Amino acid sequence: MSTAAAAVSQHAADAPTLATEGAAMPQLDFATYPNQIFWLAVALVIIYLMLSRIALPRIGAVLAERKGTITNDIAAAEELKMKAQEAEKAYNQALADARSEASRIVGEARAEIQADLDAAMAEADAEIAAKQAEAEGRIAEIRASAVESVTEVAKDTAKELVAALGGKADARSVTAAVNQRLKG
Amino acid sequence: MAAEQGSSLAIHPMAQFAMKPLFGGDTIHWYTPTNQTLWMAIAILGVFLLLVVGSRGRAVIPSRAQSVAEVAYGFVYKMVEDIAGKDGLKFFPYVMTIFMFVVFANMLSLIPASFATTSHFAITGTLALLVFFSVTIIGFVRHGLGFLGLFWVTAAPLPLRPFLALIEVISYFVRPVSHSIRLGGNMMAGHAVLEVFAAFAAIALISPLSVIGIAAMYALELLVAFVQAYVFTILTVVYLKDALHPHH
Repeated sequence: MSTAAAAVSQHAADAPTLATEGAAMPQLDFATYPNQIFWLAVALVIIYLMLSRIALPRIGAVLAERKGTITNDIAAAEELKMKAQEAEKAYNQALADARSEASRIVGEARAEIQADLDAAMAEADAEIAAKQAEAEGRIAEIRASAVESVTEVAKDTAKELVAALGGKADARSVTAAVNQRLKG
Repeated sequence: MAAEQGSSLAIHPMAQFAMKPLFGGDTIHWYTPTNQTLWMAIAILGVFLLLVVGSRGRAVIPSRAQSVAEVAYGFVYKMVEDIAGKDGLKFFPYVMTIFMFVVFANMLSLIPASFATTSHFAITGTLALLVFFSVTIIGFVRHGLGFLGLFWVTAAPLPLRPFLALIEVISYFVRPVSHSIRLGGNMMAGHAVLEVFAAFAAIALISPLSVIGIAAMYALELLVAFVQAYVFTILTVVYLKDALHPHH
């Protein structure tokens, strides 16, 4: 670019046409000023009317509407978030309720089973006690009969002994003697 | 853009700015449609297509054209709100009109063989004077003679204030000059340089450099076209702020 600029100055020196033909600035031709100012005024008025009547209110309204929409959406999102939080809270509450209900039912069931168990145990105990009592009765009977048999055997043995020794045994006195001995 | 014939190198960098009647004839009356009028009309069409046709869907989820229209709207709206404050928003349509006109005229002038409307001082000067007078009138209507407080710098020591006031008044009246020459000068210089580079493209030896130079200048001019529209608008808003809040 610097070379080009140097060439410009060099050619400007040996190009007299630049001074004669191109030097006049159309910008300073005051004869065209009324024309330019008139048409500029027309252009500005047209643009101003276009903008102030149609374009700017429309764009402003769109921007405001968008801002409103965004604000509303954010508010709605906030509300939904709150609702979600509430729902979560309710869910947790329900869960806790269900848990306590379940533990209550478990406790009740356990108590019921315990009661049933206690009743069955008491019944079983009673049955066992009855059977024991019966068995004891029978044992006592057996024992009594055993004692009787022993007495009988002792009397007979004593009679036999007396007979074998040559005496004549009086049955009644032998019995009395055996009884005496058994008691003593 | 290039006006080149054969071997003789004739550079006419300013010829591109010449105004010609659109439908023949030699004289330009105040009402004669010229090539400048045509390109102003195209600028109006561009503004219409972008801001009116582009936004016709009024969609909450915008189309591409509507997005660009909204960006342009937001760009200027924010500028007015940030600099001039809430009460400056009343003048937002005026500022938007100036911005859209200048930015479209600047950008359209970069189309080859088009016409650089905003390189004419009659245009930029009228725009600058329009801003100057409207701002001055707004200042006096809002604050009466209190608007003159703009020139009375209360932050400075009392003996200095008359001198500062003089400087402030002069700078106030120079505003439309700098305001208009900045835009017009930038556009004119850029297009003239492009024209000069284009003229050198006729010389085979230099032409590659010339073409590269044109491409680089064109990129720069795209930037300048937008930045100058932005600067013109932001200065307008700053002057408006001075009128609305004259006490610094």
